Amino acid sequence: MTDRIIQVDALARVEGEGALYVQLRGGVVEKVEFRIFEPPRFFEAFLRGRDALETPDITSRICGICPIAYIMSACQSIEMALGIGVTPEIDALRRLIYCGEWIQSHTLHAVMLHAPDFLGLDDAIQIAQSHPDLVRTGLRLKKIGNSLMECIGGRAVHPVNTRVGGFYRAPDREAVRALVPELEWGAHAARDLALAFARFDFPDDDFDYTFVSLIHPEVYPILEGRIGSNRGLDIAVADFNDHFVEEHVARSTALHGRMRDGSAYLVGPLARYANNFDRLTPDCQATAREAGLGPVVRNPFKSILVRLIEVQYACEEAARLARAYTPPDPAFVEAPARAGVGHGCTEAPRGICYHSYRLDAEGRIEHAQIVPPTSQNQPQIEADLARVVANNLDLPDKDLKWLCEQTIRNYDPCISCSTHFLKLQVDRV
Amino acid sequence: MSDRGKHAPLIVGIGNRFRMDDGVGPRVAEMLHETGLNAHVHAGDGAGLLDLFEDHDDIILVDATRSGAAPGSLVAFDAGLAPLRADMFHYSTHRFGLAEAVETARALGCLPEKLRVYGIEGKDFGAGVGLTARVEHTALALVADLAADLPGNK
Repeated sequence: MTDRIIQVDALARVEGEGALYVQLRGGVVEKVEFRIFEPPRFFEAFLRGRDALETPDITSRICGICPIAYIMSACQSIEMALGIGVTPEIDALRRLIYCGEWIQSHTLHAVMLHAPDFLGLDDAIQIAQSHPDLVRTGLRLKKIGNSLMECIGGRAVHPVNTRVGGFYRAPDREAVRALVPELEWGAHAARDLALAFARFDFPDDDFDYTFVSLIHPEVYPILEGRIGSNRGLDIAVADFNDHFVEEHVARSTALHGRMRDGSAYLVGPLARYANNFDRLTPDCQATAREAGLGPVVRNPFKSILVRLIEVQYACEEAARLARAYTPPDPAFVEAPARAGVGHGCTEAPRGICYHSYRLDAEGRIEHAQIVPPTSQNQPQIEADLARVVANNLDLPDKDLKWLCEQTIRNYDPCISCSTHFLKLQVDRV
Repeated sequence: MSDRGKHAPLIVGIGNRFRMDDGVGPRVAEMLHETGLNAHVHAGDGAGLLDLFEDHDDIILVDATRSGAAPGSLVAFDAGLAPLRADMFHYSTHRFGLAEAVETARALGCLPEKLRVYGIEGKDFGAGVGLTARVEHTALALVADLAADLPGNK
């Protein structure tokens, strides 16, 4: 019997610090560990006792790539706890800034971090040397996302204009409408990229995933809807904990999310797409068809194409919202303190981001729960790795290692987001 | 901005001040900003740096290095002359950092006309605020040199 060990000590081209360990004995995969050693973040613990209105700004700091996801899930949850609703104009502006986050996050990953895997290149520098026009297009697209976030949020990283109840100040109509031509260019550019990338030589893989995402009867969900799956799950956001659990595993500072029955599930672009394909625009559906994709994509390596179709969608949707933009007046709904419990769930670029808070009568946080997408995807990432390794045992170690890293990057894992807090008990004698 | 800042190069201090010596770039930028120079702090996201390269033709970048040299060692590069080593610059949230941004800009033909890069070797990149002694010493010396040399400060 031969033992083989595939080890990657520090993964490149992912957000944060993680490692991979695969142990094979003979032809059998004995152990697959996707280790996360990013330091724990303790957000849920240090939110306790803070004023609920501070929650979006504090949780935004969980991630510099997807701060809007944290801001919006926190706002939804706190607004529910405080018993307030926002106006349709505020909702539309929230959807608009969220489109900016999808555009910049997906483009960075697809073009600069994931595409090199398919081109046999080591990094973004090599892709700039061999495909400069591709990188120029990617950078211009990413900048559109940043511009949207700056225009509405005040700045692209950790926006400052968002708050519980809406926005501190509504951006001017002219400033928002000025973004439309570039967004229209972006929708075409994303489509062209998707069709160009569709010619990549994708590894063979197929898995019958449990796809979990927001579901909505009318729109491709970003900030709205119930939580659903391709296996018939259809629940209110408030019932999240009745169906999903998080567990600690020794090898990771991030919790692992599972269904209550212990099974793994997948969140993110593949899940959103499979559960809501009919809500994509006809143009986006056409891109999918021309890229050779059906309404459900079960080859995780093709997630790069689905990301680009979502960039096309986000550009089209943002252009539509920008054209129709009416500054919300007032820019926010007042949120007086009261005791309550609230739940929020929005579609971060990497998948559903669930928040729940319990507030006391002064509006201070008594309990906080934050479930980021990468925690939920961890068990599925490990399952994908085990399957990919088992199906490719003939590959030399170097190639198998490459394929494993590529498998992890299919998820665009945000390790710094998913790093969580361990419950600590102190016994005093 | 003072008059002299308008004609000075853009100085960008890169790093995270909450990761000890990784904060040396921001520290240098803040001290230079206080002297009235056009100095800013940047988190080090490479795509953001590429945007800066598009808009300015004279840039000075200051970042922590992790090359194995003695803590506090200063290295200076003229990015127009030679490629940067990607393994030299420290960035803990790996996405697309300083060296990648500079080399991507070179490949795309959009490097600023003048791009100088100063690296200060760090010792401690753990969680916390503050610089270790030798790093602080080099930072102060670099601030003094740049403040004396840059346009408008003579």
